[in-house]
Amino acid sequence: MKEGKGEIELIKEGKRLDGRGFEELRPIKIEVGVLKRADGSCYFELGGNKVIAAVYGPREMHPRHAQDAKMAVVRYRYNMAPFSVDDRKRPGPDRRSVEISKVSREALDPVVMREYYPKTSIDVYVEVLQSDAGTRTAGINAASVALADAGIPMKDLVSSVAVGKIDGEVVLDLDAMEDNNGEADMPVAMVARTNTITLLQMDGRFEKEEFERGLKLAMSACHKIYELQRAALIDRYSESVGEGEE
Amino acid sequence: MGLEIVNEVRKDYVHDLIGSGKRVDGRGFREYREISVERDVIKRAEGSARVKIGNTDVLVGVKLDPGAPFSDAPDKGVIITNAELVPLASPEFESGPPGENSVQLARVVDRGIRGSEAIDLEKLCIEEGEKVWIVFIDIHILDNDGNLVDAAALGAIASLLNIRIPNERYGLTGESTLPMRDTPVAVTAVEIDGNILVDPNFNEENAAASRLTVISNADGTLSGMQKSGSGGLKEEEIAEVVEMGIEKAGEIREKYLFS
Repeated sequence: MKEGKGEIELIKEGKRLDGRGFEELRPIKIEVGVLKRADGSCYFELGGNKVIAAVYGPREMHPRHAQDAKMAVVRYRYNMAPFSVDDRKRPGPDRRSVEISKVSREALDPVVMREYYPKTSIDVYVEVLQSDAGTRTAGINAASVALADAGIPMKDLVSSVAVGKIDGEVVLDLDAMEDNNGEADMPVAMVARTNTITLLQMDGRFEKEEFERGLKLAMSACHKIYELQRAALIDRYSESVGEGEE
Repeated sequence: MGLEIVNEVRKDYVHDLIGSGKRVDGRGFREYREISVERDVIKRAEGSARVKIGNTDVLVGVKLDPGAPFSDAPDKGVIITNAELVPLASPEFESGPPGENSVQLARVVDRGIRGSEAIDLEKLCIEEGEKVWIVFIDIHILDNDGNLVDAAALGAIASLLNIRIPNERYGLTGESTLPMRDTPVAVTAVEIDGNILVDPNFNEENAAASRLTVISNADGTLSGMQKSGSGGLKEEEIAEVVEMGIEKAGEIREKYLFS
């Protein structure tokens, strides 16, 4: 629900409340291989969002009737920690997280080379530890890096960011204050190498032209995030070779 | 198991035909199946509509109950949208708690109505902070031949256009109608082998890697969007669906909501 619309001024003198310009991302921090037990993992920070993704598999899939005889099945669980939001979230899946898990899985499916591992599951678990709007996009960014860290063959990484509309302006990467008081929100995920959109959702209200501009803005920001994801992976694997710790 | 194999064979059939520029039921790529909207079909509901798109058959019922508002919106009514993919409607549907497809269906329909602000939630306030009308939009699928989203969204807005507020039942007085401020209409298309096909039937949905729903309003603004399926879409493909979505929504609105 878009409460308090127009009651709070979100843009002052051409700057957003946190000082950002319209097309500016929040600070991003990526750490690869942060969990010991998982086959792959990634910690991802986007402004006030802190998420962690773990990948297990490919492994034998249970229940067996859910197996696909031709390819691996990606399972994705997006979960918010009860303390990640202002009003405590009751633990366990709700309708929002069921939908987010579905579209996030479908955002990653196009790059995972699932045909290599029939009858298995590749399980992706995303935990939102602290939320500040854009958690699903942070989760997809983390999951994509975690899949690479797990050594799962992929055509490319998936990069994700949201755009939205606040005080009548199309802006990149809404924070919680902007999301709660804004007019529209549109999360996007993209395969950078081919400019293929793998997640697209929108709520609120956009003119057609604003949508088109927003999509372009999200796509160019995805390229920036992609470079950071790549750099984090390269960094991790150039430093740890030869340590023999795992 | 047998069903999966049959669906695989049908998938190949859909791809083969599209390769030669045809659809399984002979339609053009930008052509809907025949649509029918029948309103007020359930007398016990405060609003209802039965929508058929080809063989797809969806019944939407709207009920209003007095209840407590959300604490952060004490003077506003509440919308709750639910969808049931009952096993009667398709061999693929199973009974049990709502799965991700029914949750997604309900949430996309809900998003369109919410985003358009079609319902003036403040008009649903009975007593600030205490009592407001809760609008339950329940989507019941009767026969699934694909494109449930468009049928459900059309059924929802058609039902809402004729709401009778049940004041007497609860000993209340007030307006008995709920004027709608907008008419969001959903248009869904799939991408198959680089072609965009509007209003996919079951076999086309099954063969398609990605699907995009675009919900637009009377003035051509967008109030909801959802990509689903395990494929990706190009920017031009998305632009094509958006442009076609606005155009088709206009036609559907004229023909089935204001007639």
